Order: sequence, then structure tokens, then C-alpha cells
Amino acid sequence: MNGVHDMGGMQDMGPVQYEKNEPVFHARWEARVRAMATAMAAWRKWNLDADRYENELVPPADYLRYSYYERWFAVLVALVVKHGMATSQEIKSGSPAAGSPKAIPALSTAGVLSLLALGTLGARDVQVAPKFKVGQRVRARVINPTGHTRLPRYARGRTGDIHRDHGVFVFPDTNAQFLGEKPQHVYSVRFAARELWGEQAKPQDAVYLDMWDDYLEPA
Amino acid sequence: MQSTRRDFLATAATAAGAAASGGLPAGGAEQEHSHDHAHQDVPSDLTLRVKSLESLLVEKGFVDPATLDALVDAYEHKLGPRNGARVIAKAWADPAYKKRLLEDATSAIAEFGFTSEHGTRLVAVENSPKLHNLIVCTLCSCYPWSVLGLPPVWYKSAAYRSRAVIDPRGVLREFGLDLPEDAEVRVWDSTAEVRYIVLPERPAGTEKLSEQELAALVTRDAMVGVTKVLFPQSGGTA
Repeated sequence: MNGVHDMGGMQDMGPVQYEKNEPVFHARWEARVRAMATAMAAWRKWNLDADRYENELVPPADYLRYSYYERWFAVLVALVVKHGMATSQEIKSGSPAAGSPKAIPALSTAGVLSLLALGTLGARDVQVAPKFKVGQRVRARVINPTGHTRLPRYARGRTGDIHRDHGVFVFPDTNAQFLGEKPQHVYSVRFAARELWGEQAKPQDAVYLDMWDDYLEPA
Repeated sequence: MQSTRRDFLATAATAAGAAASGGLPAGGAEQEHSHDHAHQDVPSDLTLRVKSLESLLVEKGFVDPATLDALVDAYEHKLGPRNGARVIAKAWADPAYKKRLLEDATSAIAEFGFTSEHGTRLVAVENSPKLHNLIVCTLCSCYPWSVLGLPPVWYKSAAYRSRAVIDPRGVLREFGLDLPEDAEVRVWDSTAEVRYIVLPERPAGTEKLSEQELAALVTRDAMVGVTKVLFPQSGGTA
């Protein structure tokens, strides 16, 4: 989806605000949101790509206004409701509806570190033939899907070189919609900064993006 | 209008601090951080809403509060840039390890036994006087948390995500790093399940330092590529 989350190349977001000695969490509620999101993901009702897509569905004004964990909170509530784990009414009241079943947590305290180890599940140990080889000239396809994609607008239609083959990974565009993992190769692709941004960039500078087979075509 | 927008974004970037000063619920004694900030941007009821969601999910049996405590403890105390600093120091001290790290960072970092993200590849990119690497995630906030911990607010901010790819040199100047005109800048946009860590240049004058002393010099920011590693005893090398 061509949303505000796809912000690579925008120039009106102001200077970077740096906080010295920043704590891991600024308030207890942030830590609870982060932990709840991790513990709820252990139910496997959604996957990482679906979670990212839910972030992209946050209305643009809210996306920019929310602090990071405020957005996580909004996304967690949306996922919980969407996947039938609680109703909007229950979220409002903070109490389960009368007679609703009680589950047993999917994640135990003892399993915390193993769950952290499952933070992202992308690589797949399956044999899939790569469509491209290192050194090959490629073009990022011009696509404008309304669902989830990891092909940023700033690279679409641009030409680069395959720098490295990372192996086989789940394809986010289908996985986010629960339409299958469609495992395929991911490559590091080098784009000259001038190819992306024109003459204002230095001729020797470059941006590297990780791209799935389905995002690329021979150039 | 532009300055209004910038103020608004700047406030949003630090809005997290607001929750500590606003809207303490009655008996909210667990509020740990107290800030003097006067931000009003985070809804004052956010603390309450998060609390309410937690009690609902606990009552429905979806989460166990003790598990949430353990997760928070892990995020705050078990993860963090000290892990990455040990990797960098070892690469500086041991050429064979450095070679392994640059060829296959996933395996080389696994040698330390850190909690790693299963299914994620790690790649280390090496800085030199002529080549500077910078890491970003323009689409969300992907970050090598198995070696650096959770990302800071600035890394997740719109300002950094948007401009790191189009104006890396300008962004680096905001961090106080002015790169030579003829150096090459490589920006790594983390669009897939591959996480990047910068192997910074080892500062001059550190030849006699132990691996542990070297690790103490390595900062989170240097491993993201927004600063260099300094050795204050020799007056710094940035």
C-alpha cells in the first residue's frame, strides 16, 4: 500500500531528535505494551507480516502523531479484535463478556527466552531455485499493491546490481494476507544513489535494499 | 506551517515521556520514571487503557502477568548494545574472527550464544576511512536487536527513516559526523529479515587495549553507523 509508512526519501519530517542516555522504555505502559504484543503473537493468530500490515493500516495522521508504543498499542488492539480474541466491547470495558471461555497462556514464563528467539520468522530451509545471480543487473518492478509489500516506492522502476544472495525467505506480500508463504530468494541489491535521487547525490554513494525474487526483473 | 509541523513531529518523537507525567491513575505507584517534561500529547488515559487491556487479556487467559514481567526484564536487562560491542571488539582483536564475521555474521555472532532471532540473517558491514555504512529501516523499525537491544526513539522516528536514504550525509552531520567528500556512503535499508550491524573502524592508539577494554569503547550509535568509535585518551579520531 502506498502509505505514509513508506517514507524513504521524504524531506519534511524535521531534524533527528536525539535523546542522551535514553532508557529502554520511557514509562511502564510502554514496556507492558511491548511485552503484551510479544506474548499475544505467541498464539500465532497472525504473523509478522500481518502485524506490519496492521501498522500500515493506521490512518496517516495518527501514524505520524502517535509515539512508537502508542501505535503498537493501537495495532495490538486492532489485531486482537480482528482475530476474534476479544470484542471491542470487552476492550472498552476491560472485562471479559459473561460466559466467555478462558484460555491457557500460549507463552509461559520459562518460554520467554525461546519466544524471544522466535522474534522474526522469515528464513525458510527449503530448496528454491534463485531467479537471479550475484552481479546481475536488475530492475525493481513497478508495482502498486494495495496490500502489504516491502518494496519501497523510492526503488520502484530503478536499476541496480545483485550484490549478495541471502537465501530463501517467506514472501511478505502473500504472507501478510494469509495467502501462503511463497518462499523465494532474497538478495541485497545495490542501487547507485544517483539512480535513486539524481544529480544531487554523490556519484560514489549507494543504497542497498533487500529484495525478493518477485520484486525484480532482468534489466 | 513548516515550523508548526516540525514542532509537532518533535513532540511526537518525545511524546513517550509524557505518559510519565500525565494521567497517573489512582494508586499508580508502579509508575517508575518521573520526568519534568510538560508534554501533553499522549492521551492522559493511555496508562489506564494499557492497564485495562492487560487485565482483560489476563482474565481471558491469553497472557500471564509473570510472563510479561519476564519479557520486560529481558528487554531491559538481557538484551542491549553491550552484546554487539563484544562482537565488534572480538573482530578488532582477532583477524580470523573478523573474517568469519564479515563472511557469515549469523554464524559468527551465534558463537557468542546471544538470544538470536531465529529465521533472521545477520550481516556485518565494515567501515574504513574511505567507506562509511549506515543502517536504517525506512518501512518500519527493523533493527538487529539480538546484538543491539531494542532501538532508540530516533531510529524509529520519521525524521531518521525518511532522510537516511536520500541525505545520509546531512543526517550524519546532525549526529556530528562530517564525512570527507570523497568517501563512499552505503546506506542499508532493512527491507527484509536481514539485520545489519556496522563494524566500525578501530580507533588509533588502541593497540594495547584488551578485548574487554575495546568493547567498552564501542557504542550503539557506532554500530548503527551514525557515529565513529572514539578513543578519548588519544584525543579522539572522529
